[in-house]
Amino acid sequence: MTPLSKALDQGFKYLLLALVLITLIVTVSVIVLLTKESSGFFSQVPLGEFLFGKEWTPLLEPKSFGVLPLVNGTFMIVFGAIGMALPAGLFVATYLNEYATDRTRSYIKPALEVLAGIPTVVYGFFALTFVTPILKTMFPEIQIFNAASGAIVVAIMVLPMIASLVDDGFRSVPRALREGAYGLGANSVEVITQVVIPAAGTRITAAVVLAISRAIGETMAVTLAAGATPKITANPLESIQTMTAYIVQVTSGDVQAGGIEYQTVYVVGALLFVITFMMNVIGNIVLSKPVMEAR
Amino acid sequence: MSDPILGVKNLSVYYGESQAVKHVNLGFKDKSVTAVIGPSGCGKSTLLRALNRMNDFIPNVRIEGEVKYRNQNIYGKSMDPAEVRRRIGMVFQKPNPFPKTIYKNIIWGPKINGYKFDPDELVEKSLKGAALWKEVKDRLHDSALALSGGQQQRLCIARAIAMSPEVILMDEPCSALDPKSTLSIEELIGEMRKNYCIVIVTHNMQQAGRVSDDTAFFYNGDLIEFGATKKIFTNPDNSQTEDYITGRFG
Amino acid sequence: MSPHRRRMNKAFKWCCRITTYGAIGVLALLLFHIAYEGMSWISWDFITNFPSRKAEKAGIYTALVGSVYVMVITTLFVVPFGIGTAIYLEEYASQKSLFIRFVKLNIANLAGMPSIIYGLLGLTLFVRIMGLDRSILAGSLTLGLLVLPVIIIASQEAIRAVPQMVREAGFAMGARRYQVVIWQVLPAAIPGIMTGIILAISRAVGETAPLIVIGALSYVAFLPEDMFDMFTVLPVQIYNWAGRPQPEFHSLAAAGIIVLLAFLFTLNSIAVLIREKFQRYKL
Repeated sequence: MTPLSKALDQGFKYLLLALVLITLIVTVSVIVLLTKESSGFFSQVPLGEFLFGKEWTPLLEPKSFGVLPLVNGTFMIVFGAIGMALPAGLFVATYLNEYATDRTRSYIKPALEVLAGIPTVVYGFFALTFVTPILKTMFPEIQIFNAASGAIVVAIMVLPMIASLVDDGFRSVPRALREGAYGLGANSVEVITQVVIPAAGTRITAAVVLAISRAIGETMAVTLAAGATPKITANPLESIQTMTAYIVQVTSGDVQAGGIEYQTVYVVGALLFVITFMMNVIGNIVLSKPVMEAR
Repeated sequence: MSDPILGVKNLSVYYGESQAVKHVNLGFKDKSVTAVIGPSGCGKSTLLRALNRMNDFIPNVRIEGEVKYRNQNIYGKSMDPAEVRRRIGMVFQKPNPFPKTIYKNIIWGPKINGYKFDPDELVEKSLKGAALWKEVKDRLHDSALALSGGQQQRLCIARAIAMSPEVILMDEPCSALDPKSTLSIEELIGEMRKNYCIVIVTHNMQQAGRVSDDTAFFYNGDLIEFGATKKIFTNPDNSQTEDYITGRFG
Repeated sequence: MSPHRRRMNKAFKWCCRITTYGAIGVLALLLFHIAYEGMSWISWDFITNFPSRKAEKAGIYTALVGSVYVMVITTLFVVPFGIGTAIYLEEYASQKSLFIRFVKLNIANLAGMPSIIYGLLGLTLFVRIMGLDRSILAGSLTLGLLVLPVIIIASQEAIRAVPQMVREAGFAMGARRYQVVIWQVLPAAIPGIMTGIILAISRAVGETAPLIVIGALSYVAFLPEDMFDMFTVLPVQIYNWAGRPQPEFHSLAAAGIIVLLAFLFTLNSIAVLIREKFQRYKL
């Protein structure tokens, strides 16, 4: 009996280990397929032209493969969204941590979770049919598809994530540190801005990095609201196109597999992967470290 | 007086760099109760957990020396730790019945270990052995978590008995209980002495005095003194033991 | 305290409060806007009709059925893998091992990988290499990979929350680790794991981008018969309607969103119920 149960235990262990390996296989597969398809692309288009070219017209003649317009579009959304969501997230986290009673907190936290759980296509619809018309009353020259509307809804989407990560960061700041500052006669705004935020600094950085990564990868809201016009611009009232929106545009059409148009999807995907991968690694490493030893 | 059924030889236990048990030699006799006493942090629980390899589950623990059960080193290469724990049962500080029925709590161990048994008979025998039968015989299929703390602890003892071990280790079994439940456990230990080798760790000296035949006093990881409980409590050889017994420290 | 400092403090507090309630206000606004746009289109016909090029005849039946199919098949695939991985990481793996730390970082990264990249993976691996075509199976596998890290992380948390003494009680009776895991740890962790799974699956139900990439069609005029059939799901159908210029299709999209949110709300209510029901069995 004993050797059997011992063998079963070992068998169970290796079976589970095999399951663990699947997560590694997923990452490896993504890297392999993006590399493979991209290498086909780069045999025809030089890397420099792709990275620094200012025209992106792979589906139209004359074809041009400069990715900067898509990068420009993506980062307009990202800067706009984070620019709004970071201060808002700090305020919300502060409110939850310093001012809200436990009771209020128990209402607000789930409400923020609902906000985070709403599918992105719903945000896209909201941007298109609610945010843009409102913006139009303020800026009559705004285009139907525009970066501003996309950035606003992406800000709403990443707000719960920033607020919750910053909230965790605030909570990890030792009580004694706060009480020390209060004991010296500081008021809450001074304690938060001069003690709590600096002490939770790395966590806040991680929150921002992960939120940026999330905003870069965000697809449906910007596909629906921000348009399909790759261009280099700084005007948020114009139509743009993000990297993700480009992938959706091509894959939902009927471009033939194998051609260079098709490969552009993987190249843009590879660029998206590299950027978000680096940010996720940095963000997750920071998050996995304890903020301070004492609690 | 019989030979020790369980003994430790030059046993040291380390947590990372710090040594919690230092070169201890000690024997536990069959069908008798040995109390292990000492101030908290003296290594008595660590020693106890070394006796049935429960320390295996704590990261960074390292063991040197031998623990001999029926003349076999339980840390020997060919030893199966699960087999060791079947023979040497354990009762923990806080009652930890499984969140299942009373009945299932008893038969789980024998079942997964492939013992052949009549479940009803085993449940009755084990519960009687733990002086719990009368109180629960009508609600064997109720959740064990509905029992009082003292009853839960006796259920844990019954669960250990069901495995028919020869040795039962008890790690401060009454520290989470009220005085009345404590009394019932102590009476039970008195009964169980007839059949088992019991090693009980306790910080309560009166308890050690009441239930044990022999007492080992630990301080700072060292075994300071070991002998018949009567002698340790009335006329210890070592002045540290005397200071502790009389309440001068600890 | 000087009056200036006091004013600053007060202003700051109000800023925090207004932003927080503002965020909740936005949620209310969003829900209200969608209800206002779509409520009048909700009818039994809308739910049971097939899609149509004419807005007034269009329904969401195929998408709803597609979503249910995808949800069930994704769950069947991903749950054993997710729980199994979590068990290994929490119960068997050495926490100091460099390999395990690498695996955990990788899982956290996968959880943050853009969903559209999962779409590209699914398109290449399932649709083309494995030849599953644009089938329910291909879509479910893709979404399965997408939510796998989420399920692993949630299961790990639930397993970690089981008190150590439950394991010790098992080991002290000579049980092997697999016996302790299967009979003691998992039953105690199941409510937490189920809650995590339901939340992850609701995420899968709301996903659009990866399914568009693998080619979940938005005009499917028949019900799928098995998991190798073509399909569409609620969010893809909504995307398709929302992308049309005519306002009546926007109303259809809003009605579709109401159905999707109701679907998600039901799933989440089940998660809450499970959490409530099992809370009292906690040790």
